[in-house]
Amino acid sequence: MEQPTAPSTPPERTRIVLAEVARRNGDHDRARADLAEQTRVGDALLRGLMRAQLALALRLAVVVGVGLGALPLLFAVAPTTGTVKFFGVNLPWLLLGVASFPFLVAVGFTYVYLAERNEQDFIAVVRRPER
Amino acid sequence: MDNPYVVPAIVAVTLATVAIGFYGLRLARTTSDFLVASRTVSPTWNAAAIGGEYLSAASFLGIAGLILKYGVDVLWYPVGFAAGYLALLLFVAAPLRRSGAFTLPDFCEVRLHSRRLRKLATAFVVFIGWLYLVPQLQGAGLTLSTVTGAPYFLGALLVGAVVTANVALGGMRAITFVQAFQYWLKLTALAVPAMFLLLHWQADGRPAVAPADGLTFPRDTVVVVEDRAVLTLPDGSSREVAPGEELPFSAGDQVPKVSSVDASSGLDWLLPGDESGDRGLFATYSLILATFLGTMGLPHVLVRFYTNPDGSAARRTTLVVLALVGLFYLLPTLYGVLGRVYTPQLLLTGQTDAVVLLLPGAAVGNGVLGQLLAALVAAGAFAAFLSSSSGLLTSVAGVISTDVLAHASDRGPGQRGSVRDFRVAALVAGLVPVALALNVASLDVSQVVGLAFAVAASSFCPLLVLGIWWRGLTDAGAAAGVLAGGGAAVGAVLMTVVGPPLSGWPATLVAQPAAWTVPLAFAVMVAVSMATRRRTPADVSTTMLRLHAPESLRL
Repeated sequence: MEQPTAPSTPPERTRIVLAEVARRNGDHDRARADLAEQTRVGDALLRGLMRAQLALALRLAVVVGVGLGALPLLFAVAPTTGTVKFFGVNLPWLLLGVASFPFLVAVGFTYVYLAERNEQDFIAVVRRPER
Repeated sequence: MDNPYVVPAIVAVTLATVAIGFYGLRLARTTSDFLVASRTVSPTWNAAAIGGEYLSAASFLGIAGLILKYGVDVLWYPVGFAAGYLALLLFVAAPLRRSGAFTLPDFCEVRLHSRRLRKLATAFVVFIGWLYLVPQLQGAGLTLSTVTGAPYFLGALLVGAVVTANVALGGMRAITFVQAFQYWLKLTALAVPAMFLLLHWQADGRPAVAPADGLTFPRDTVVVVEDRAVLTLPDGSSREVAPGEELPFSAGDQVPKVSSVDASSGLDWLLPGDESGDRGLFATYSLILATFLGTMGLPHVLVRFYTNPDGSAARRTTLVVLALVGLFYLLPTLYGVLGRVYTPQLLLTGQTDAVVLLLPGAAVGNGVLGQLLAALVAAGAFAAFLSSSSGLLTSVAGVISTDVLAHASDRGPGQRGSVRDFRVAALVAGLVPVALALNVASLDVSQVVGLAFAVAASSFCPLLVLGIWWRGLTDAGAAAGVLAGGGAAVGAVLMTVVGPPLSGWPATLVAQPAAWTVPLAFAVMVAVSMATRRRTPADVSTTMLRLHAPESLRL
């Protein structure tokens, strides 16, 4: 906020936009400026976030790839697994028809949780670079 | 079939769709309302709408039909249809929303600033949209002729007309409410009859779904032959049958095999893998790849992401969709399995897509309860055609109005077209698939949809994934990859639909192309981008910042 120049005269009207106030907060916002202006620091920060998010996504994709993707191979290599029964239902039917869906949702839930945490970490670094 | 409740049920669903559409029309006042519902749709509504839009005829009718025919191996369809949302969540959801792109062509423009690439993407969006629309309309024809005996073309025309009118008048805002309503309708329409089916099966003393000595007819049945075929009777003898011939079977008779219908039987149906060995495994993996990676490239799915307020909301929406879709896919399997017991005659006629419609009547009987359940299922099926067709049509009309019409009226591409443009585009986008549906031979709904997934997986999936995560992507690389992978997949689709019948490896490679076209697209895209490194957009860092930085930083 600007101080009025003299108390007796009415203050000059200043148009204040919230974003400008936020930007004027100066020093401790350097990281954000670094990001916006793409200095080397900002670039490194962004690359770090992207790497973290991509690594997370790839790791969970591998979990699904192994968890579900190995099934056709398993059934082909060891056909006897197909004849195993639980509750009178053959194992492949249970795994594919029922169990796969909660499994996918669980992986998705994990991803959302961890990806948001990565973003919170990123925001924390950007907002408080010194600490 | 004579069921007094079916026609009122279908009329009610159609009227409800139109009514909600008009209610939305009153709310839709601006172009922004029209195209993106002004981004005021909450994640729950949005997720139900995405689910409603996604669960098409292929999910509602097709999966159960395929399971009835081929057994455990096609369970990969529902698993893949659901898992596609996980891939979308992991690699695309939040960055795509943050990119601000409304359609795939928009994304090309935002990321690579190439008009030519934009046009190419538009062409693929329209192709995939129409490829996906045709089986929806054919499914409508099949449903109406199965449950009311009306001529085949009537259903396709009815759905085509209602959807085109609704999209043209109501736009996106109206569609969101319609879709959300239809998700819950579809779930109910399968879940309630499924409970009765299970109770009935239990009361029947749980007849085996894959008896060792072959399937039998549960009651006296007369099958009318439609195609010339060779019938293999249980005693090993065979005889030829001609179209129009009536084959009477009495209860307890074994179901013969027909040469015109390709279906698995006995252990082959119950257990994974089939006689073709390596080719079967290849086809399975190809299907997995197509469905896992194809969802993110479907035009009607992407359009929805822009209606989320921010990237995190896009993520949460996708997770809810995954759960809703997964919940739904528990049901079609049940219909396919019980269809073996109660409607084996479909294995003779080959119209297995009708199993969901016929099963309630066949199992519960033609009393009032059976008729009500059959009407509920028919209403759900209509909801499926209406909602996915609406979503597809909205997105196809969206790209036509922004990229073709806006260009023609010299407003420049990328500018939001006017509401009038959108309406004209909706008409054009609706007429073409109706004409195709009436003139192209009918295939298994799920198989055609599977091909649409393969095309999406080999064109837009690499474009999105590399565009979001790799700075080195260039417009030339992207175009080359889309042309190579997507072009190969389109070629495979055309071969399947209109080409000569193939056998052996060529048939497998063409019927399930994703396992070779997806890696091809990725490889070409990366290689050409590396070769044209100088064409990397100058502002790639800015774009990446926009795609990946959380909105709360307000950069």
